[in-house]
Amino acid sequence: MDFSDVFNFSDYDRLIPLVANSLWAGVLLALVGGLIGVFVMNRELSFAVHGISELSFAGAAIFLLFGLDVVLGSVVGSLTAALIIAVLGDRSKDRNSIVAVLMPFGLGIGILALALYPGRAANKFGLLTGQIVAVDDPKLASLAVISAIVLVSMVVIWRPLLFATLDSEVAAARGVNTRVLGIVFVMLLGLAVAAAVQVVGALLVLALLVTPAASALRLSKSQLWVPVLSVAFAFVAMIGGILLALGGGLPISPYVTTISFLIYLTARGISFVRGKLEVSK
Amino acid sequence: MNVILQVNNASLQFDERVIWQNLNFEVQPGEFIALIGANGSGKSMFLKSVLAQQKLTSGSINFLGSKVRRGSTDIGYIPQHRSLDAQLPLTVFDAVRLGLDGHKLGLPLTGAKTKALVTEALIQVEADQLAQKPLGELSGGEMQRVRVAQALISKPKLILADEPLSALDLNHQHVVSELIANQAKKQGAAVIFVTHDLNPVSDYVDRVLYLAKGRYSIGTTQEVMQSDVLSDLYGTEIDVVRSQGRIVVLGAHDHDHHDDEEWV
Repeated sequence: MDFSDVFNFSDYDRLIPLVANSLWAGVLLALVGGLIGVFVMNRELSFAVHGISELSFAGAAIFLLFGLDVVLGSVVGSLTAALIIAVLGDRSKDRNSIVAVLMPFGLGIGILALALYPGRAANKFGLLTGQIVAVDDPKLASLAVISAIVLVSMVVIWRPLLFATLDSEVAAARGVNTRVLGIVFVMLLGLAVAAAVQVVGALLVLALLVTPAASALRLSKSQLWVPVLSVAFAFVAMIGGILLALGGGLPISPYVTTISFLIYLTARGISFVRGKLEVSK
Repeated sequence: MNVILQVNNASLQFDERVIWQNLNFEVQPGEFIALIGANGSGKSMFLKSVLAQQKLTSGSINFLGSKVRRGSTDIGYIPQHRSLDAQLPLTVFDAVRLGLDGHKLGLPLTGAKTKALVTEALIQVEADQLAQKPLGELSGGEMQRVRVAQALISKPKLILADEPLSALDLNHQHVVSELIANQAKKQGAAVIFVTHDLNPVSDYVDRVLYLAKGRYSIGTTQEVMQSDVLSDLYGTEIDVVRSQGRIVVLGAHDHDHHDDEEWV
């Protein structure tokens, strides 16, 4: 292996237009993932994200096998998992065991469908780990629709969701239907996961839906700045990842996840130093 | 002035187990009622019934003249003390404003009017200095002030406080009791205050509602906190001892403690 296999920026000007769709998809995903991530963290749904993504993968793989639309399959898988988790896993303990049961099942079904699929191997692998040129025009259009649904819905339910997350009893006393709201949020999360699977792959969705928000929460406690930072971090990871991956022609996921991880390490470092400074004050 | 709460033959039972039955009383504006009883006597369940979150087995509860319904902004609710998730990116200001309009859809954008109301509520509980502090950094006493402000900000007619003194030291118990009682008086709101110990609130209590063994007794402190009244309620020998202005109930808690703490 040569270093230039991983980082290679010759012909860059000719390569960029090829990934224009991926870049746009990256922008959408950063926005959706960064915002959803804030509530994923606060509602302790990180593990659920992983479970949903495996079923999303299964859905996509099955649809691929039968020659149907992969994005639609992803959405069907995601929403099924989200509904099961939302309805059965009301309490965090139940939820974890349900996710742990669903996850290998989804992955297994997905692998079976891929093994039976006669097409090119790159298509198969892409669903798990993401691929750089996977986003064609119709796919970008469906991603845009999914993102729009998630973003608009999040803006609509933001305040009561925040209230229910802060104190579900007080929120319920004020008439917030905390159960319905919880289910709606997990369904939106399902949509976001389905969208993310198309670009970063099922195994690496967490790097987009959890890590940026986790980093933002290390740095701020402001209800404005946490979502803003979270989206910004997701954006840097996504776009940075795509641009770096382009050079080597490799899957984008390792780049996205590495940038995301480095941002998290930096955020932890900053909050650690801050804590030290405050103690010494 | 109108009656705040009318409780008519209200009964609650789970399967064969009677939590309380045939509760009958009214709550007047500005009245402070201490709700006392052993674990499992259904104190929290009574508050949930007033919030229309717990269905009665029979009877009815009317709030401001009509049957209780969910989501009234005329009721301020302070649930049992729990430590809130320190991760949540919210300041004291943000948390209190959710008490005002947290149930409405949309983004929590803050206009001048909202800001004034939140600031006013924070000043009432002497927590305006804390406005920009993250929730995760509050002490137990500070957190209870914030919860009181959150409950008071909508200017409710009735405040339901579920053991707001648990997990507080003696000093803060007095501070929080005084805060709730005084602010309620100022706004003309009635209070139902669940507590294990009558002493921190004894200065403010108009009447005591005592639940035990599926039965109840209501009246002034003098009327209810008597050895014969509580002995009759529990069906066993109870001693109510008065010492230097404090009231101590002997023999009640050991008795009812174990069987069903999950109801509390």
